[in-house]
Amino acid sequence: MRDDLDFRGHGLAVSASDVNAWFVREVLPLEAALMHFLRLSRRNKGDAEDLCQDVYIRVYEAAQKEIPHPVKPFVFAVARNLLINRAKRDQIVSIDSMADLDELGIAMDEPTPDRSVMARQELHRLEAALEQLPPRCRQVVVLSRIEGLTRSEIATRMGIAESTVSAHLTDGMYALADHLYGAPSKPGSDT
Amino acid sequence: MTDMSDMGETESAQKVRTEAAAWLERRQRPEWSADDQAALDAWLAAAPTNMVSYLRVEAAWTRANRLGALRQPMRDAAALPPRRNFGRFLSMAAAAVGAAAVIGGVAATYFLMPQQKSYATQVGGHEILALKDGSQIELNTSTVVRVSQNKTERKVWLEKGEAYFRIKHDPAHPFVVMVGGHRVTDLGTTFLVRRDKDRVKVALIEGLAQFDGGNGNEQHATLKPGDVVVASAQKMSLKKETTTDMAEGLGWRHGLLIFKYTTLADAAAEFNRYNDRKLVIADPAVGRMKIVGTFATNNVAAFADVAEDILHLKVTHSEDQIVIAR
Repeated sequence: MRDDLDFRGHGLAVSASDVNAWFVREVLPLEAALMHFLRLSRRNKGDAEDLCQDVYIRVYEAAQKEIPHPVKPFVFAVARNLLINRAKRDQIVSIDSMADLDELGIAMDEPTPDRSVMARQELHRLEAALEQLPPRCRQVVVLSRIEGLTRSEIATRMGIAESTVSAHLTDGMYALADHLYGAPSKPGSDT
Repeated sequence: MTDMSDMGETESAQKVRTEAAAWLERRQRPEWSADDQAALDAWLAAAPTNMVSYLRVEAAWTRANRLGALRQPMRDAAALPPRRNFGRFLSMAAAAVGAAAVIGGVAATYFLMPQQKSYATQVGGHEILALKDGSQIELNTSTVVRVSQNKTERKVWLEKGEAYFRIKHDPAHPFVVMVGGHRVTDLGTTFLVRRDKDRVKVALIEGLAQFDGGNGNEQHATLKPGDVVVASAQKMSLKKETTTDMAEGLGWRHGLLIFKYTTLADAAAEFNRYNDRKLVIADPAVGRMKIVGTFATNNVAAFADVAEDILHLKVTHSEDQIVIAR
């Protein structure tokens, strides 16, 4: 149990598929802010990605018992705990070195934007994510997602092996997830 | 109390996220089997790190379903490699050459004998008729036109469906489109005409055209760019559309359906114009939900995926239809 967290009693009992849907809907959109917080707190030690994954694991495990609500303070409390533990283990960094959430402008009471309102910004974000893929990888992603071609059709179209198509797709999926969730959003923007 | 300082033993995020992406990639392949699914389920159940990584990459990939919407149709056509149905496009181009010969004819026959010929597209079809005078008629899915000309006018009947007209103006030979009893006369124009049973829609994109209502509804209007006439058996209305709205209504010319706060019921009806496999919205409340996005006209599956993954609706696939319900 996490002794310094008190979010019990506010959540709702839910099924496993609801946990998955909740995780995608509520937690993943926090990734950009979370990564920013982790990077600053760890003084860019390069392990922010691993820490983020650890936060996800703990948040997900907690949600299987009870969906935490509100979600944002919970996620950042988990992150803070992890950082404290990491600091204790490393016996180097003092807790004071942790980035200040308020200074980072990560507002805890900010409601998650309505998804329909986000539709337009979402398109810009997707476009930016797509632009950042390497050209061949981008072409494979476009053929797959927009044109709806299969792996073998893409291979024929581009004159490359199916295994190469798979490799590009895997890379593209990985990079898109990073760009869509982890890429820093501009402070004060309405996305 | 659980010790939480065990991060060092956690598999690196990069490694597990790469594995998750590889699983997702394999899952998209047509040969994906029940055994494969069982293996994936086992991998997901093995550790929460696997599950969260998979959820993350899958959610991002699903969001990318909507990538099409951000591409401007015009730029799209230029930037993307040839479409899947390019072979069909070539054959229509060949057909169009034939049509041009018939319609335009040589000057001598042009005036001597009236010519009338019908052209039709199948469900999902898209053809361009190139007329010898330089005009073009672009036929959307499931469309029938009859083309005739004599020494005084060029005339097209839109029997059903939708067509985009790009007309070379010639005052000596006015170009007239007859649709559901109404008449559109080109005055140097690019325009779109659509007919769904009794409902007729004419949208003027460039130039000028004269609209004359028929069927006892004798209203007349000179259409300017942005003007849209909607006429049914009972009434006729004229409204303005923005250039963007117009462009979105022409997405089909590039094989795209563009939805902007469109109800699911309307979106499904649009898809059903292009596909034999019909979308059925089983619940009126679901039909009223609105979506934003762009899809290939033939990619009903992508639409169903969005309904399932993003709107969290229940999607049931069968041979000839896809049912969407709560």
